Amino acid sequence: MLHASHLWLIPALPLLAAAVGAAAPRTARRLPVALALGAIIGSFLLSLAALAGALAAPAAKLTANFTWFWAGSTAVRLGWLLDPLGALMSVLVCGVSVLVFIFSTAYLRDDPRLGRFFTCLSLFVAAMLGLLVANSLLLLLVCWELVGLASYLLIGFWFERPAAAAAAKKAFITTRLGDLGFLLGLLWLFHATGSSLFYDGGAGVLEGGALERLAATTLPGGWTAATGIGLLLFAGAVGKSGQFPLHVWLPDAMEGPTPVSALIHAATMVAAGVFLVARVFPLMAADQGLGGVPVHALTAVAVIGSVTALLGALLAVAQTDIKRVLAYSTVSQLGYMMLAVGVGAWEAAVFHLITHACFKALLFLGSGSVIHAAHHEQDARRLGGLATRMRFTYVTFLLGTGALIGLPLVFSGFWSKEAVLHAAELWPVSHLPFLAGLAGVVLTAFYMTRLVSETFLGRARGDGAAHAHESPRAMTLSLAVLAVASVAAGWIGTPAWPWLQSQLTGAPVAAHGLGEGLGLMILSTVLVGAGIAAGGWMYAHSPRADDRAPDPLARRFPGVFAALVARLWIDEFYAATVGRLLRGAAALAAWLERWVWGGLVSLTGRVAETTGEVNRAIDEDGLNTGFDRASDGLRDAAQRYSRAQTGEVQGYLRAVVVGLAVLALLLVWGGIR
Amino acid sequence: MSPLHLCLALSAALFCTGLVAVLIRGNAILVLLGVELMLNAANLNFLAFWRFGPGGGEAGLVFVLFSIAVAAAEAAVGMALVIAVHRHLRSIRIADANRLKG
Amino acid sequence: MSLLPWIPVATLAGAVLALAAGARSAAAARAVAMVTALFGLLAAGVAAARFTPSSELVTLVDVPWIAQLGIRYHLAVDGISLSLVVLTAIAATAGVLFSWTVAERVGEFFALYLTLVAGVYGVFLSADVFLLFVFYEIAIVPKYFLVAGWGSTRREYGAMKLVLYSFAGSALVLAGLVWTYGAGGAEGFSFGALTEAAARMSYGENVAAFGLVFFGFATLAGLFPLHTWAPTGHVAAPTAASMLLAGVVMKLGAYGCLRIALPFYPVGFAAWQMVIGWLAVAGIVYAGLVALVQRDFKFVIGYSSVSHMGFVMLGLATGEVEALGGATLQMFSHGVIAGLLFAVVGRMVYEREHTRDLVELEALPMHRRLPGAAAVFVLAGLASMGLPGFSGFPAELKILTGAWAFHPLWAVGAAGGVLVAGAFTLRVIQRAFFGRFSAVPATAAETPDQAVVPTRLTLPERLGALLLLAATILIGLKPDLLLDWIMPALQSPAFHFAASRAVP
Repeated sequence: MLHASHLWLIPALPLLAAAVGAAAPRTARRLPVALALGAIIGSFLLSLAALAGALAAPAAKLTANFTWFWAGSTAVRLGWLLDPLGALMSVLVCGVSVLVFIFSTAYLRDDPRLGRFFTCLSLFVAAMLGLLVANSLLLLLVCWELVGLASYLLIGFWFERPAAAAAAKKAFITTRLGDLGFLLGLLWLFHATGSSLFYDGGAGVLEGGALERLAATTLPGGWTAATGIGLLLFAGAVGKSGQFPLHVWLPDAMEGPTPVSALIHAATMVAAGVFLVARVFPLMAADQGLGGVPVHALTAVAVIGSVTALLGALLAVAQTDIKRVLAYSTVSQLGYMMLAVGVGAWEAAVFHLITHACFKALLFLGSGSVIHAAHHEQDARRLGGLATRMRFTYVTFLLGTGALIGLPLVFSGFWSKEAVLHAAELWPVSHLPFLAGLAGVVLTAFYMTRLVSETFLGRARGDGAAHAHESPRAMTLSLAVLAVASVAAGWIGTPAWPWLQSQLTGAPVAAHGLGEGLGLMILSTVLVGAGIAAGGWMYAHSPRADDRAPDPLARRFPGVFAALVARLWIDEFYAATVGRLLRGAAALAAWLERWVWGGLVSLTGRVAETTGEVNRAIDEDGLNTGFDRASDGLRDAAQRYSRAQTGEVQGYLRAVVVGLAVLALLLVWGGIR
Repeated sequence: MSPLHLCLALSAALFCTGLVAVLIRGNAILVLLGVELMLNAANLNFLAFWRFGPGGGEAGLVFVLFSIAVAAAEAAVGMALVIAVHRHLRSIRIADANRLKG
Repeated sequence: MSLLPWIPVATLAGAVLALAAGARSAAAARAVAMVTALFGLLAAGVAAARFTPSSELVTLVDVPWIAQLGIRYHLAVDGISLSLVVLTAIAATAGVLFSWTVAERVGEFFALYLTLVAGVYGVFLSADVFLLFVFYEIAIVPKYFLVAGWGSTRREYGAMKLVLYSFAGSALVLAGLVWTYGAGGAEGFSFGALTEAAARMSYGENVAAFGLVFFGFATLAGLFPLHTWAPTGHVAAPTAASMLLAGVVMKLGAYGCLRIALPFYPVGFAAWQMVIGWLAVAGIVYAGLVALVQRDFKFVIGYSSVSHMGFVMLGLATGEVEALGGATLQMFSHGVIAGLLFAVVGRMVYEREHTRDLVELEALPMHRRLPGAAAVFVLAGLASMGLPGFSGFPAELKILTGAWAFHPLWAVGAAGGVLVAGAFTLRVIQRAFFGRFSAVPATAAETPDQAVVPTRLTLPERLGALLLLAATILIGLKPDLLLDWIMPALQSPAFHFAASRAVP
């Protein structure tokens, strides 16, 4: 049993490992690996203890709050929260992390930057765990940013590859676009309630008083503050969880090493958006009962989730890269989870999140095993025939596939998808999410059958596949454990024994037996069967002959297939609109800087210079001319008068005599007296 | 016509002769001679007033003695100047020594 | 006996000594500069350790100076000025460390550098408007010589633009203050006297005088569209001067706005508030966009400074105590981070590679040639993007909170600026350090002229980077360290203008 005030230890261990690993010299390659493994196992045990504590009192929100900093009179408070949701997720994240870490030690054994890889992984796990046990939207945002950073570092781990560097940047910026909404939602929430704590003994933002206030605050157009905040926070989830329209980064993120794809871009980080919406569910649902609200926050979630579930499944159909198929599948499955939250069944969403984490991690690690064995060949067209060469990987991959497409009764995916569809069926607002979900079921079965057939069946169509061998023990061990989990994880939430749901909601959920949902189960089983049959008929029945043969689907529906291959031109659309807009704005700003503001400065300079020129002209041509002319005249006059100075003494004397004579005459005649 | 008037008339004639020489003659030595004539005309006046004038005392006589001494000095300096000018310009014509003209 | 009042004088004395020592040997001048900077750091540290936060300005020295006009040599300190003095001490010390390799006219260089630092210290410590203004002018003049004498890229142009803008700004300030002194019939130049004088002005006069004083100071703070001196000036300046210009001198303007313009003319402020807020938001986004398309590494940093100072101005524009505290925190934070970024570009990269062109750098395996610089820049870049764990995060958070409370659209615009900041920072990190050339695997043979010999950072560089990084991380994790000084100071009646005004 772990007390809430000790929860910080769970993220602190990997963080410490990351810090020490980062500071360790480059030569010590093994040290970060050992540290990371030790830390994650420690965190796993702590999470189990936390789970035990949480399950002892599922309805109680055990918190440990503290003040981060005082901003004058108001404190910015953070805290840790111990409840079944966070604790279960921690166990899940730690568990998957342990397996992925073990897998990575073999997968990246020869990489010169192995130490750095594990340092980044530790940082990621620390941030992810912090996100799960945070009792404050602000702390959640902090961790949210840090998982984004770790994701950036890991997608761009092989930054020598331009595609990886570009994908890392794209992922970071796209998710940050969503984070913008998250940040604004946080600001709004903080402004409206003065707190960012989820639970604070009645004063938290997810507790009665604050929720009532938020729902009662109306804005122009019938919106309530709760709706606005909910939608803004959901924008963050859209970015992080690869929901339409911000899903474009997730397939590109497959440029990262495969264990990263398994851990971050399938099992954990991308599910953080779903976790966030589940965590703040009371807030999202606060406007539910109100009339006059144009769009309820949860309705938007359901719509986006349905669109994403269908779109992801459609796009997965035409991909040839194994990891990209799985990536679009992840997008689609995340759509299912959002759909479930949107229709109000957040516990079903979390259930699907948990099972999905297990089987999608398994599938990614399985694809990693294939890629590793086939010398980094990940195009399904050049693989094939691996069923015999990599029997263990094949079997576990099949188990994962069974879970993903929801083969009935045994596999985990069946039960969790059932819970999602059941909730969607009962949604009073619209049946579209339910129908989208059913369509997705067919498509999922179809594209997974296609993937398995192309990769494992037929004969080897490339050098990589022809020389493949089973992967080392560290990899197969992880696959085995995950395969067991993929099958068994569903048994904790079946309609007959809804243990998980009752623990999550903190209230007993009535077991409704098989009778109530039986029709739905039969329907979805039929749909799965149809998908498998179609896929098997097209791909397994007559495997492709060589890697250049056209896809059977392309032969039948060339137009549709081309559109799907081009990913419905969504990336191109963004490049042409958002990308061009941003570049245009930047160019405009640079132009303004250069010609308008810079031009103003130059103009001022020019004006000053011109004034100087004018002054010079007045001086030289006006004032100076006058002086010059006067001086010239003076000189001329002087020259003229100086001619009287003949230098002849006698001339002077004559003048003297004349002068004396005149003087004498004046005196004599009395003129002067 | 009294003796005083006769003396004064002679003196005036003498002075005018000297003055004309100074003003007209081009030769520096002759100009100096003219100056001497004028000085002596003045001396003659002193003597005439001493002899026939109304006042007593010997002032006129003393002035003449001074004047003769000064005239001697003047003649010496004048001659020295003329010699210097001649050395410099190879001429003793007064009109040639016009360096100070404007 | 506190050492604080001696800082400006001692730094000026250090400047004279450095000049004298420079005549003998460069090493002596460096030593003098280092000792002077360390003295500042020590004095600031001691003062910080003994500081008791309060809402009062604690007088350090107060003697009559020009008695006829009521001008006094009055130094005083409160939480705001102490934070900025500490920032100046850190930036000045790091600046000396990153100037270790200056080779020409070392004595003159450090003399000018220390004069600038002394002026900055003086401004932050002055409690007399006239004295503050004198120190402000002392800080402006050496900038010109530092940039024109030791700079790079179009340095005469940059230096002249810088100085003309500074003087134009200070002329506006002087005009406004003298007008207030005369029209309001002030007794002297103390803060209180001028505040009362401003209160006696008519509404129109008050609004106009605020405009003069605020925009005069804001010119130096780089408020859009008065910012154009900043990027060119920063780029042209030598490393240490860029660090000081962006790190500290821009703060002089913001400090002037906070300490003088806002408290003196609350009425005028209310009239100008919307204009200032929108200009700040425009500056954040606009400078970020311009940074996105620059080719010169240093210009990117220069524009990022303008963008970050926009946050300070936004905090000021709200007039709320919360956001004012955030603005002060952001001044500190940006001072440290900008110093670090300029140190990497100017000292670590440019002096070794002799280029700042991102296209040329992209073609070099920079992360292997300069692994230390790459590591420092990545950390500094993350800090600059406002990631949690670094000082920018709490500062921007506080400013955004205040902005949202006052005008949500401001917060939306500024948050958009955060996104752009992320974009241009990542772009420059990838281009400058993890460029295309790195496509060649580490083990592949390389042509001799591209041979990679990793260059280690020198000891002064390591110390300088460590000092700045420690400051930003420490404040990022524990913003209380500064906020505990800043927030009580903002409780002073001088800053009550926001509370007394009815918020619409």
